[in-house]
Amino acid sequence: MILETTEQALQALLDGTMPASDADQAGGRANDVIITDYKSHGYHLDAKVSAEQLVAAVTIVDENGFFLESITGVDWIKENQLEVIYDFSRYDFDTCRVVIRTRIPRDQPVVPTITAIYAGANWHERETHDFFGIKFAGHPHLVPLLLPEDADFHPLLKDFKA
Amino acid sequence: MSAPIQLRPDETFILNVGPQHPATHGVLRVKMEMDGEYIVKAETVLGYVHRMHEKMGENRTYAQYLPNLSRLDYLGALGYTHGHVLSIERAAGIEVPERAEYIRAITVELNRVASHLFWFGAFVMDLGGFSPLMYAIQDREHILDILEGVTGSRLTYCYYRFGGLYNDVDDEFIEATKRFIPNMRKSLKKYAALVTGNIIFHKRLEGIAPVSAETCRKYGATGPVARGSGINFDVRKNEPYSGYSDFDFDVPVYHEGDSLARYKVRMDEMEQSLRIIEQGLAKLPAGPIMIEKKPKNIKLPVGDFYQAVETARGSFGIRIVSDGDKNAYRLKLRSPTYSNMHLFDETCEGMLIMDALAFMGSLDLVIPEMDR
Repeated sequence: MILETTEQALQALLDGTMPASDADQAGGRANDVIITDYKSHGYHLDAKVSAEQLVAAVTIVDENGFFLESITGVDWIKENQLEVIYDFSRYDFDTCRVVIRTRIPRDQPVVPTITAIYAGANWHERETHDFFGIKFAGHPHLVPLLLPEDADFHPLLKDFKA
Repeated sequence: MSAPIQLRPDETFILNVGPQHPATHGVLRVKMEMDGEYIVKAETVLGYVHRMHEKMGENRTYAQYLPNLSRLDYLGALGYTHGHVLSIERAAGIEVPERAEYIRAITVELNRVASHLFWFGAFVMDLGGFSPLMYAIQDREHILDILEGVTGSRLTYCYYRFGGLYNDVDDEFIEATKRFIPNMRKSLKKYAALVTGNIIFHKRLEGIAPVSAETCRKYGATGPVARGSGINFDVRKNEPYSGYSDFDFDVPVYHEGDSLARYKVRMDEMEQSLRIIEQGLAKLPAGPIMIEKKPKNIKLPVGDFYQAVETARGSFGIRIVSDGDKNAYRLKLRSPTYSNMHLFDETCEGMLIMDALAFMGSLDLVIPEMDR
């Protein structure tokens, strides 16, 4: 049930905004919502959105009663892009795991913060900033969390040299 | 006589709890702005035992990475290696023999009881009661002996393999576990008489640090913390794995949301774990403990894979982004105490410091698991 509701809401969000530009075709995939095979992948819904649509997408997930599992990044160095992945899940037995992902250029890694929607995003975003140097615009306290307080390196970037 | 120190009535001071402090159970630092004994603002500072396990996940093959997982949470290590083997089996499409799945459930539940026992002892010690720790450690010792016999280690287990187990359980394991269950039930009664009904204990916990279900959702709290706030969520029930759907067990839920509720959840969970172990032993099927063709040099298909398991502290998630190579392209560990601890800063504002430390104890923190 919740799977269809969330899927339709996310799809409506993507339909309602401007058509995908070239930049949104990143990773060989246009902005869209896919129902994935839970058995082999472990999650139900996979939505790729642009950075501008992110806050609206997370709001939809929040309104449908999901909780935040984690936020993380991936460095797609060959495509010169960074990806931010948001994992959501539910407490009730209407089990549904939703993934929201967005891609941003590597030389300008900025996405809006979702701390205003999910307070728990605070640490996850700081950690992602630590590891990838991704800036979360509007984050109240974007200082290193797990790395030393004066850290100016981002160890999970693929071109990081210790 | 010198003049008395003049303090402004609105003056606050900064108190550092940790990084080395007995109540933080590891190297965790909480920077607290204090007004007398009341907390005005708290900021948790992490990273003192950060070892970058996620980078190691990119540099090692999936099999080489397996021992890393048991270094996350040293009290419930089996649950974390369990998550890793399940994620690989999911992605590679490996069907594990039933006997292996049952033994996984039995051992991981034993480990959960051991973890809860240690938490119980340490938590009561945080509140000033020393002797329950001694009893709890003694009971935990029996579990460590049982697990040592079958896994070969006492703390940082690496017992599960992709597609099965490292070795089969023997009669000695089964006998020792069967002996352990009634003894543990006796101990649980003893703990209830010794601690749960204690009036000082109640005064320290009842109504202290209430966490609402909505706060849990916003922070992504799971495990006993969420279940103490009235949320009926347990990965073993919501997304069953390793034969958990075959076992009859309850998920203890309390609605008060206070420190006492979190205590009660864990105490009840030990009994439920014993029930699972009992049923697992009774139903334990014969057969192989490993798939016929042992996987070597596992390579996963291209794509994203997610696997969650219920560890002693909550929902542990592992996300693998694979590019088809023998290493993960990206490996993310979602640790439960990280999210559970996150709500501490907000919740403890305006609390007395001794209540906040009792609250911290009720969250059941393991710092290496938080820092990864």
